[in-house]
Amino acid sequence: MKLDVDGKTVFAYTANHELDASKGSVVFIHGAGLDHSWFGLQSRYFGYHGWNVLAPDLPAHGRSAGPAFTSVGAMADWVVKLLDAAGVERASLVGHSMGTLVALDCAARHPARVERVALIATANPMRVGEAFLDAAKRNSYDAFDMHTIWGHAPQVPLGGNPNPGMWMYGDSQARLERLAPGVLYAGLKASNDYAFAGDVKCPVLFILGKRDVMTPPRAAKTLQEQIPGAKTVVIDFSGHSLMAEAPDATLDALIEFLRP
Amino acid sequence: MAGPKYPGFDTLALHAGQSPDPATGSRAVPIYQTTSYVFRDTEHAASLFNMERAGHVYSRISNPTVAVLEERMAALEGGVGAIATASGQAALHLALATLMDAGSHIVASGSLYGGSHNLLAYTLKRFGISTTFVNPRELDEWQRAIRPETRLLFGETLGNPGLDVLDIPALAEIAHGIKVPLLVDATFTTPYLMQPFKLGADLLYHSATKFLGGHGVAIGGVLVDSGRFDWGASGKFATLTEAYAGFHNMDFEEESGTRAFLLRARREGLRDFGACMAPMTAFQILQGIETLHLRMPRHVENTRAVVAFLAKHAAVERVIYPELPEHPDHELCKKLLPQGAGAVFSFEIKGGRPAGKAFIESLRVFSHLANVGDAKSLVIHPATTTHYRMSDADLKKAGITAGTVRLSIGLESVQDLIDDLDRSLKVSQK
Repeated sequence: MKLDVDGKTVFAYTANHELDASKGSVVFIHGAGLDHSWFGLQSRYFGYHGWNVLAPDLPAHGRSAGPAFTSVGAMADWVVKLLDAAGVERASLVGHSMGTLVALDCAARHPARVERVALIATANPMRVGEAFLDAAKRNSYDAFDMHTIWGHAPQVPLGGNPNPGMWMYGDSQARLERLAPGVLYAGLKASNDYAFAGDVKCPVLFILGKRDVMTPPRAAKTLQEQIPGAKTVVIDFSGHSLMAEAPDATLDALIEFLRP
Repeated sequence: MAGPKYPGFDTLALHAGQSPDPATGSRAVPIYQTTSYVFRDTEHAASLFNMERAGHVYSRISNPTVAVLEERMAALEGGVGAIATASGQAALHLALATLMDAGSHIVASGSLYGGSHNLLAYTLKRFGISTTFVNPRELDEWQRAIRPETRLLFGETLGNPGLDVLDIPALAEIAHGIKVPLLVDATFTTPYLMQPFKLGADLLYHSATKFLGGHGVAIGGVLVDSGRFDWGASGKFATLTEAYAGFHNMDFEEESGTRAFLLRARREGLRDFGACMAPMTAFQILQGIETLHLRMPRHVENTRAVVAFLAKHAAVERVIYPELPEHPDHELCKKLLPQGAGAVFSFEIKGGRPAGKAFIESLRVFSHLANVGDAKSLVIHPATTTHYRMSDADLKKAGITAGTVRLSIGLESVQDLIDDLDRSLKVSQK
């Protein structure tokens, strides 16, 4: 569906369903340089299993108008405005990578709007390597290469994709190539500059990939200590792109966590 | 690049798409000779059918062995994914059926494999899809043939049998200027000699029967999508950007962005037309791909030696191979095919049809048959076989005469090939 947020057109995938006030709602927030379809299987599942799904393309990503946000805080506030525009009072947030920081910040500063938070591939701080940031700043293709290679487990280029016939690296490259200059840098810098120090009261789930080289499980340790009581699921063999690399395990963890 | 590196072509040819089998540890790609897959429960079944979980339902739609081939070819071509089909022609049909509606128009090279020409010129016409054939070398002709209803530009990376080198960068520019994709048949070049996506093509397919397999034991095709064409921005492809009643009103572009074309092709094309690849075939073609990077240089090396021999033979009118300076696409060939112009080429024998007949029937090492890209050397007379349905005018447009002989150079000792040709050419002139 198309929504108007702050006068800009925003696209949000709803799994082909009208929003229904009687249903629970879940918002999927993608990572830097990606779009709503990164959550393809998982968002579709929830849309067809009794949930309102909102999987937006963040500004300047996918089908949503720009410009891109340059801070996590601004993205978190935007999520609340998105809920307002969609007429959703309260929702659970599922974030991936940069999207986890957005979800956390939103939950800490807008607790009345957030039911639960699932963090897929996260770290605090989420430091982005200097070479990666620099390449993104220069709009060099090197940044797309680093995003693609570090964004997947080391075995991915040689391994089998659970989604038959698809090549994860190629999909990542094709998606990144559609970005306007500066958009990837804006996301990476926003992630790099953010430090979560807030307080989250709602239930939180960590879903981490054991072979994640971008946000390895050890990088989530500080955050896990900041949120006592949070649950953690570590998925073997998966890298940073858990929704594509381990779609079923990721979905199962989300189903278990979000079940009313 | 300052950071991490991608695996090289040779490594991908051997590994891409497959992890050692988790159940048995099998290093070789297992042949999943099964039609169907047991669901864990009813909920799992429903989720697979509705594309909420990844996995296999029925081998017409996907199969684990076939999926290895698909992923491997996508990796070698630099695409987002691929669909393996029952033949190269099935791959072409799948691409067209996914994109076209009745009333759609195609602009295609006039130098096509006879089967492709038939599909476009006669068969699709019955379904309201028309094609204008143009001289692939004349960019103005491509441009002039475009109509408001044009939905695709299509050609072969190396034309058949005139070996026209398709100017992919220039054609991609023309196609993208009118917001339609460029589809290429990359069979003759394979991803080893050319990667069309890097040159601007949007979709490609192979007759995997040829060099990819190399052994001549299996018929198959592979359709690969670069994922770079923006169907939404084009606005000309309702099959990908509007709700499809045949799959829960799915808007494929909205659902999956870069994967829209393949999603529709698999969920509609394989489901409804059913021209899927058998798992045994995928296994056999994979065996070929594992040595593609070793075979192709040898194919090219042998071809260059044979071309050099024929070019100065007294019984030969002319040799048509883009690496020769007199070939009209020589400069383009140097630019687009630096590793070689493949192993299929034509020559014209002096003495026309009777000489051609005597020549072919005298060959001992070369096999006279309707195929190319085999490890064994092959020969055929296009005017009476592969292109026999074409009119004289179309034959002329495709650069074929009664004396045209097409060779596919294999991996034999090159001196044996030259000796066989030399002896048969002498016989042909008696």
